[in-house]
Amino acid sequence: MTIWTIVLLASGAVLALKLAGYLVPSTILERPAAARTANLVTVALLAALIAVQTLGAGMTLTVDARVPAVLLAAVLLALRAPFLAVVVAAAALAAVLRLLGWAA
Amino acid sequence: MAERASGAADPDTAARRSALAVGIATALYGISFGALSVASGLDVWQTCVLSLVMFSGGSQFALVGVLAAGGVAAGPSAIAGAALLGARNTLYGVRVKPLIGGSVWRKAAAAWVTIDESTAVATVQPTLRSARLGFWVTGLVVFAGWNATTLLGALLGDALGDVRQYGLDAAAAAAFLGLLWPRLRTLQPVVVAVAAVVVAAVLVPVLPPGVPVLAAAAVAIVVGITNAFGRRPESDDAAGSPACREGAVEPG
Repeated sequence: MTIWTIVLLASGAVLALKLAGYLVPSTILERPAAARTANLVTVALLAALIAVQTLGAGMTLTVDARVPAVLLAAVLLALRAPFLAVVVAAAALAAVLRLLGWAA
Repeated sequence: MAERASGAADPDTAARRSALAVGIATALYGISFGALSVASGLDVWQTCVLSLVMFSGGSQFALVGVLAAGGVAAGPSAIAGAALLGARNTLYGVRVKPLIGGSVWRKAAAAWVTIDESTAVATVQPTLRSARLGFWVTGLVVFAGWNATTLLGALLGDALGDVRQYGLDAAAAAAFLGLLWPRLRTLQPVVVAVAAVVVAAVLVPVLPPGVPVLAAAAVAIVVGITNAFGRRPESDDAAGSPACREGAVEPG
């Protein structure tokens, strides 16, 4: 499998899922269990990605500058800061901590 | 913004304004996607194809995140993760389909730009006309901006070198948190999110990259089917909590 294969297969799959919403009879997807499960799968995947992106380093767990950065992001989100400001602030904090040598 | 503006302006103007605000804000962080993608080992072309064809932020960040950790060997998990995250767009399609009339080509174009933002803007508009307008303006502004800023970010990322130095790895985690945040309004998603964090973190040292994220999805499937920690079905907001970044759109 090359990166191009991965990119094209994944892009095709996501696009097909979008088209499916317009093709599949609504009754199948409007059942509460289906809608609820799809929403919760999104929540679980995003949460798992946060864990892996914050603590993962290949197949090990590590605590580095990403942890305070994500905590700052959570505080800013709780204060209803705009999405872009949250992302930029998190990156800036991690960059500064690394520049000062306070975190890896 | 739609609600606040509705007193003074007509619904079409309010819809257009709301669509532009959401569209521009979203498009801007395409820069971070582009930069992260090339840092994950994709080239500029592959990065642009993702934004053009996949065109769904969560899925795109997930794909490059898994590839960054596991390389080409993690390909199957990366594809599965991106597809699972893209499944919510199917539900959005069901929701906005009644707004989109016309030919099959028009519907295909609408499906292409059916994402969190276009659905969120469309579903809070007061009239059919303004909902349709909000959907198309948001979808097209995000599409144009997201692709332009992806290219910019990819070119910048190529020039930056070590992206950790600029905190871009932390930016990815913060972006996921920003996408997750608006979905945590009731107990059920909070329980699922916490469980998913624990499951993924525990499994990172024992399973190949990408697989821990997929395993966490199993938590959601169990909770979703049993409706544990849930409210009664009628209060279940199917696509009622799409990521409303910037707080510009407040569904409900």
